[in-house]
Amino acid sequence: MRHGKYPFIIGFLAVPVALYAIFVVGAYLQMFRLSLTDWSGYGAFKDVGFDNFVKLWNDEVVWTALRHNGYLLLLLPIVTIAIALLFAFLLNVGGGSKGGMTRGVWGSKVYRVVFFFPQLLALALVAVIFQRVYGPDKSGMINGLLPDSWEPWLFLADENWALTCILIVLIWQAVGFYVVLFSAGMGSIGQEIYEAAALDGATRITLFFKITLPLLWGNVQVAWIYLGIAAFDAFALVNIMTVNQGGPNNSTQVLSMQIYLNAFKYSQAGYASAIGVVLFFLALSFAWLTLRVTRRDNATA
Amino acid sequence: MTNLSTIPDAGAVAKPTASAGAPRESRRVNPLGGVAHLSLFLWALVTVGPLIWVFLASFKTNEEIFLDEPFGLPQSWALNNFGDAWSEAHIGQYFLNSVFVVLISTAGTMLLGSMAAYVLARYRFAGNRFIYYLFVSGLAFPTFMALAPLFGIAQAMNLLDSYFGLILIYIAYSLSFTVFFLEAFFRTLPHEIEEAATVDGAGHMRRFFQVMMPMAKSGLVSIAIFNIVGQWNQYLLPVVVMQSESKYVLTQGIANISVSAGYQAEWGQLFAALTLSILPMILVYAIFQRQIQAGLTSGAVK
Repeated sequence: MRHGKYPFIIGFLAVPVALYAIFVVGAYLQMFRLSLTDWSGYGAFKDVGFDNFVKLWNDEVVWTALRHNGYLLLLLPIVTIAIALLFAFLLNVGGGSKGGMTRGVWGSKVYRVVFFFPQLLALALVAVIFQRVYGPDKSGMINGLLPDSWEPWLFLADENWALTCILIVLIWQAVGFYVVLFSAGMGSIGQEIYEAAALDGATRITLFFKITLPLLWGNVQVAWIYLGIAAFDAFALVNIMTVNQGGPNNSTQVLSMQIYLNAFKYSQAGYASAIGVVLFFLALSFAWLTLRVTRRDNATA
Repeated sequence: MTNLSTIPDAGAVAKPTASAGAPRESRRVNPLGGVAHLSLFLWALVTVGPLIWVFLASFKTNEEIFLDEPFGLPQSWALNNFGDAWSEAHIGQYFLNSVFVVLISTAGTMLLGSMAAYVLARYRFAGNRFIYYLFVSGLAFPTFMALAPLFGIAQAMNLLDSYFGLILIYIAYSLSFTVFFLEAFFRTLPHEIEEAATVDGAGHMRRFFQVMMPMAKSGLVSIAIFNIVGQWNQYLLPVVVMQSESKYVLTQGIANISVSAGYQAEWGQLFAALTLSILPMILVYAIFQRQIQAGLTSGAVK
């Protein structure tokens, strides 16, 4: 360990740290600087103080986008986790118990393989597929399946439903991943626990709420964080699927789209940076909150 | 296409079927079994349905897509959609661009990430924890947060519209998770073998490449799969960096075809392009299903 330790350390760290410092840390630091300027995205800029943040406060579209992110942040984890927990339970324990052994339903391996596949597809690809699935005329898959006498559903072109259509696609892609994740967790719960409970005459619903769910709580928390991050993004879906990048009438507008539009379409890169700064603090509080919640749980456990 | 994805599991399925007699009895006892099967089957249908629909439509003409049953078989199995997707819509070019970028950027991520993770896990020096937390803090923030300044940096360094630039940016944004995961992994490896190698006169370099890397193989495979899938599916970063159409990666290319298909009403071509991008994924998934599931969930299981 004596000779050549420091040259080795520096040699191994130099390139990765440099890349990370330039493109990630550098971008984050400049974001704070640029949020106080009127930079268009090209060329020179001048300081404008807190003008961008004042504008942000009064920007109704940004508030709408924030609300939509909140909607996704709330519903995506709840619905996905509920469906995934149910399926994982059915796949692992749903086959009932025989001779004290609980088992999954028949074919559970195949289901797991099929459910997981969408996770492998790029969100951009999924977006293009579902744009056609939601096609507002007979060429769309769903409208094609509906009886000819019905008026075609508008889906993404309908202000009231467009965001829910996006949410459904996110759920469609995510469920399989969490079925596999929860299945792995359930697999590590000892058979003897179920056996003992079954001997005591517990039904499967009791098994789920009294044994499976409490023992899986750590996995559920991780799932919550991951899905929260996915709900914050949604850029590929909104950019590719929706009418006019966030429409109709801003009904699918989200923060990632707002940052992109301001930076590259409206030539307001300074303003886009200001939105980024707000997001920085939102993400920080989200991270702090999750750390606190998980820590408290660990302490009581 | 569904058959393909179930092939690797044929062996595993045989296990439950072998004892098929027993579950059938217990299923008769509880009515929940029927509901369970039905709900699982329905979700499988919802998962596979859109993909089968895309596959069928890729052989259809525009009229068939608009007028016929969505899941009806195509009347003539026209293959010209695929030719158009390949030559006119350049799906093959986009595909190769993606392969090229992801091969180099994943290799770079793995090399640089494991180097940094190893040093951070196994050497004590001033600033070690600072650098570690610098990497890990990147996990808290979404990639799109600093999009505008990232564009400015790439522009100032003349990296816009260059594969080299895209690869560097992919690596930089993959390092947070790679370092976080591998640092923890290197920590768990035993110290004895490393010490034995030191006694035998192995230097720092040889200890890393010939002792530690082989021991860390399982962790390296998981995180490599995680990075390949993540970088292959990346859409936001290429949209910012790559501007000329001939240099688009697959995700960008598909989105682009989707827009032009709308203008020119060439839906069959779009579906063929989609099929051509989905099929390789099914193939890879069929072969490496177990490793892929393990790799993608590796970040969450901890």
